[in-house]
Amino acid sequence: MSEQLEPLKKKEISVNDVPFVQMETGESVGLFGHLKGFWVPFSKIFKKTLTVEYPEVKAPTQERFHGRHQLNRHPDGLEKCIGCELCAWACPADAIYVEGANNTKDNQMSPGERYGKVYQINYLRCVFCGLCIEACPTRALTMTNEYELADDSRTKLIFEKEDLLAPLRQGMLMPPHPMYPDMDDSNYYKGDVKEAHPSQDVK
Amino acid sequence: MTTEVVDMITVVVDGFEVTVPKGTLVIRAAEKLGIQIPRFCDHPLLDPVGACRQCLVDIEINGRAFPKPQASCTIPVEPGMIVKTQLTSQVAEKAQRGVMELLLINHPLDCPVCDKGGECPLQNQAMSNGQGESRFEGVKRRFQKPINISSQVLLDRERCVLCARCTRFSAQIASDPFITLNERGALQQVGIYENKPFESYFSGNVVQICPVGALTGASYRFRARPFDLVSTTSACEHCASGCDMRTDVRRGKTLRRLAGDDASVNEEWNCDKGRWAFKYVTSLDRLTTPLVRNSSGELVAASWPEALAAAAKGLKAAKAAVLVGGRATHEDAYGYSKFARVALGTNDIDFRSRLSSDEEREFLAAHVAGSSTTYTDIDRADQVLLVGFEPEEESPIVFLRLNKQVRKRALKVTAIATKLSIGVEKLKGEFVKVAPGQESAAIAAQSLTAKSVILVGERAAESAGVLSAVAALADSSSAKIAWIPRRAGERGALEAGAIGNLLPGGRPVTDAAARVDIAAVWNTDSLPSEIGKSTQEIYAAVNAGEIGALLVGGVDPLDGDNSQAALAALEKAFVVSLEIATSAVTQRADVVLPVAAITEKSGSFLNWEGRARSFDAAVHDSLNRSDLRILSMIAEEMGSTVNLATVTSAIKEIASLGKWEGARASLTKVAAASQSAVNGDQFILTSWRRLLDLGTLQQGEENLAGTARKTVAVISPKRAEAMGVVDGDQLKISTSLGSVTLSALVEDIHDDAIWAPRNSRGSQLLVNLGVAHGAVVTVVKA
Repeated sequence: MSEQLEPLKKKEISVNDVPFVQMETGESVGLFGHLKGFWVPFSKIFKKTLTVEYPEVKAPTQERFHGRHQLNRHPDGLEKCIGCELCAWACPADAIYVEGANNTKDNQMSPGERYGKVYQINYLRCVFCGLCIEACPTRALTMTNEYELADDSRTKLIFEKEDLLAPLRQGMLMPPHPMYPDMDDSNYYKGDVKEAHPSQDVK
Repeated sequence: MTTEVVDMITVVVDGFEVTVPKGTLVIRAAEKLGIQIPRFCDHPLLDPVGACRQCLVDIEINGRAFPKPQASCTIPVEPGMIVKTQLTSQVAEKAQRGVMELLLINHPLDCPVCDKGGECPLQNQAMSNGQGESRFEGVKRRFQKPINISSQVLLDRERCVLCARCTRFSAQIASDPFITLNERGALQQVGIYENKPFESYFSGNVVQICPVGALTGASYRFRARPFDLVSTTSACEHCASGCDMRTDVRRGKTLRRLAGDDASVNEEWNCDKGRWAFKYVTSLDRLTTPLVRNSSGELVAASWPEALAAAAKGLKAAKAAVLVGGRATHEDAYGYSKFARVALGTNDIDFRSRLSSDEEREFLAAHVAGSSTTYTDIDRADQVLLVGFEPEEESPIVFLRLNKQVRKRALKVTAIATKLSIGVEKLKGEFVKVAPGQESAAIAAQSLTAKSVILVGERAAESAGVLSAVAALADSSSAKIAWIPRRAGERGALEAGAIGNLLPGGRPVTDAAARVDIAAVWNTDSLPSEIGKSTQEIYAAVNAGEIGALLVGGVDPLDGDNSQAALAALEKAFVVSLEIATSAVTQRADVVLPVAAITEKSGSFLNWEGRARSFDAAVHDSLNRSDLRILSMIAEEMGSTVNLATVTSAIKEIASLGKWEGARASLTKVAAASQSAVNGDQFILTSWRRLLDLGTLQQGEENLAGTARKTVAVISPKRAEAMGVVDGDQLKISTSLGSVTLSALVEDIHDDAIWAPRNSRGSQLLVNLGVAHGAVVTVVKA
């Protein structure tokens, strides 16, 4: 711009120079005016309440709510987790730590050659995005609706494999035990194994 | 460097011109432009084979096009060639997609359980050049999986894409053709010969070059994913070849090591020991705190200040000497060298914790320190002479380099040895058979030229006169000498002056100018001028009461002859031991200071060429200190200044010393010993260490130990017949100290000699017999 701007002149304004103005008040609201204010809470008394008495009462979550993880089992009790670390790979928060290991003849934890020897989820890091569930190639990792994940120390919030494994259900045997006779890992994935075979019980 | 004149050819790839030497393959010319053609079987160091057909491109020469896409990994460039890759030719792109689809028909989609997942060329190229969907609806081929082709290499046949990289490596590079492609058609598979496992010292390389997960290492199987690992460039600590390595660490634990790519040293290969022997760091009984022997004679844990004070007090109280093993890094060895001269005021220091001689010490000073024979000299040699050196067992990468030249241009290799070895046989070498101790005459009879290279092993020191004969031969023929010790740190220790007759940089201690040079840098008034004692002399002096204290770092007293004297000396003297783990030395030491293992510190080794192979700490959270740092602390406690707190400061100081331009020490000629007479059931013992044996640094790796060669005692056919011995019979070899019993193998060996591995299972000659080479032993059929 070509035209020269005038420098601002220094103007000091003292506090005393600001004129004091008395605010104008409205007229009195009257008795009904006051009662009008109570009408809103009063009207809610007759409506259905949303508050629950947590923790005595627990409201169910949405069906697909992302809660604590669970490591699932095959119908005969063998673990579905193969320790492939794809969940750890997918995790944007670096919350999952997995170490794989060899299944051996005497220590068959999952069908096939490989199982997850160490499985940890750090719930201080987890953002419950569910990418790990999408990444899991064997549907070993899913999420439950459990949301009560508070504790008084950091270490308690790193869940180990024992904390995450699904409970044994009807027809399941606690691994390690051999695979179902005459079945290989692909039979397990196809759903051919329905329950444990008596020969699998090594006890 | 001589520049070789090569014809250059200009070709057009995807519309861009590129000029490459004649004979370059199309795939390589494209690479030069940054155009990546997908490939599986192609490997720059292996002969082209065109097995996988993944690299198909459209080629046109002077206007005449090939009717179909061609494999760019088998076709060399020609003038007027126009190449269209998948980037510009739809035909090439479709062909590549088709090949990928066919390759994936039988490839199992078990990436989640496959070790290669995440760093797999097939995975990557299926993403970049494949089509995502398969039209194949049948059942995939299945094989029983996995099978052990050796105790350390596992084969999943269904994952194999038949690129033949592994079989070509074994045949062309390692000359161990123990694996081959069997069967034909869809059933074609990699296999081993019946009853002949894949016992190669280089088998780990096939795991590394396999472009799919068909070959995996047993030790790394299912241990980690590539994204878990923190990789550090490192150098191998196992031998003097000086391989470039990559160390992969997960949570402070080394999980695997891979061969690095250094074209001038190891190319892209390494040996199985370098690749798999790393668990000793965690499996040995590592020291965690300093230990000090208390008044009641027990070693108890102590604080660092306490231990350093005790060490300083003991070293000050008596005349002291330094023994540093051949496994110290160049910087650590320099620390020991400086400590001996500055803090202890002595030249009594020796890095040779093995069979050695004064002749060797003079030879090293005269012909090795400061010399620079390299791998390139082997590449250009007209003849290579091996003296007291078994390349495959003692420096495997030297073997690979020799083998490459033998294969490429029929390099003449001559081995002067007592026994024909597997390695020399593979090198198609001329075997000059001598009786143990009688190598000198055979060396003198050789005729070499100025282009020849003499490779001398550390075992040359075990026969009197051999090194004198080598020096004389080199002088008369102008051939180059290369001294190849077995341990990684010996050349560095020599250059650092961790030996009685030399100061750092090959400066003779007897040379006043050399002493002034070093004294100026070390900031001391004077340095001791008389030649120091050797390892054996130091032990003897301790036992005679002349030396009262020893500073010992990384030494196994059972590695030398007369180990009883060594153990007695360690008992008698005040010993300060710097060690990573409890050992025969720490048990007898008065102060034990734990030091960092190789993976926990930085530093460098000088390989046999004298080339620095530096490495960084792979494990960063270790609290262990390097030898150098601890030596500086002890010196400070003693009131002198070594002042080398960090590796960087040592590197700077070594660099500031500069080169020694003065006269080298000279070698006094030593005559060969006369041949020991043998009669009846007597033999002259000869031996060497095998690559895979009972070495301390191989502990904790059972899979590796599984491929060690069989422990045998080798005798000649004539003696075998006289004794009525056939292969497999038990032979009892005995001396006055003890005996070993080994199964016999009748082979090409001198009639007077019997060979046995020096430190293998069932045959620890130095411990059991007290001798290893040149001694007369009694052999009977057990």
